[in-house]
Amino acid sequence: MTQQVTVKVGMADLNIATDGALIRTTGLGSCVGVTLYDSAARVAGMAHVMLPSSEIARESAFNAAKYADSAVPALIALMEEAGASVKRMVAKMAGGAQMFAFATQSDTMRIGPRNVESCKQALSLLSIPLRSEDTGANYGRTIELDSRTGILTIRSVQYGLKEI
Amino acid sequence: MSDVYGIGAFKLDVLREIGNIGAGNAATALSRLLDKPVDMAVPQVSLLPFEQIAEIVGGSEQIVIAVFLRVEGDAPGNMFFIIEEPSAKRMMHRLLSLDIREQEGYSEMELSALCEIGNILGGSYLSSLADFTGLSLMPTVPSVAVDMAGAILSYGLLQFGEMGDSALLIETSFLEGRDLLEGHFFLIPDPDSFNKIFRALGVTTE
Repeated sequence: MTQQVTVKVGMADLNIATDGALIRTTGLGSCVGVTLYDSAARVAGMAHVMLPSSEIARESAFNAAKYADSAVPALIALMEEAGASVKRMVAKMAGGAQMFAFATQSDTMRIGPRNVESCKQALSLLSIPLRSEDTGANYGRTIELDSRTGILTIRSVQYGLKEI
Repeated sequence: MSDVYGIGAFKLDVLREIGNIGAGNAATALSRLLDKPVDMAVPQVSLLPFEQIAEIVGGSEQIVIAVFLRVEGDAPGNMFFIIEEPSAKRMMHRLLSLDIREQEGYSEMELSALCEIGNILGGSYLSSLADFTGLSLMPTVPSVAVDMAGAILSYGLLQFGEMGDSALLIETSFLEGRDLLEGHFFLIPDPDSFNKIFRALGVTTE
């Protein structure tokens, strides 16, 4: 039996998987894992988004994978190089939790929901349908997308495995 | 902000001393709580890529118990007190005489107790730091979570996220020798707070 290759995506990072490989990112808290999949080309892409908008970047040459608004286009570009077409892409996403509950709700503390909102906006700008999501709540997630099937597996401490 | 990234050896020593004073006081508080000696490692001050930070506590998916406090005042930042599950259970047993069965999860009572421990330790860390620097530093009400280390720690890195892909943090481990209670203190001052801390201590920042 051959082992399926797993491509790892770090925090504020993006990558693609082809040829039946898996693509995975661990420990999503308020971060959002946005995945895109082209079932005809069997190209899977994943971005581990940390912040909602690149407008707040205070660095000059920023990392596109870190912000929702820049990560989605960057991921699409990478997938198209591998033979995918943006017209066939469907999205799934997970994460955007609120890990800690506070009485005072400053904007920073609400970062999870804001990340989710911003990812949805970036997808709808490019008319990519959001097939399913597992976002919000207050727990961390590890996600894995299979480039053969487009199934997104979500693992969490409290709820175990879940497929969307 | 290039200052933080090009931070010199002397400033790193200053930050290490901050970890030493803060965590030293917290370790003393913990030692009183447990009525046992608590040892502390030399604080580590490092500029780490986001990806590597969770490695300190056993990797991004390692399940940990974390008490999070936001530091408010003159030099805002984030503080985490992180312990691994077996340690937390043993500590509960010692402090509250709660019966530890090999049960999954935590009762409300246990979580509340952990939160309070975090509160006491975080408070003693910060008050010693405030005394030392003359800055006003106040912890928010603590919040506790049992989850993957990566998911928890990323929460404290958001302020650094706007600046780059790595964060400067002060980490101190402590352990209670025989029962193997092991924990970590993370102080992650906001990027803008470093210069305020240096200035308060009379370290020249250009």
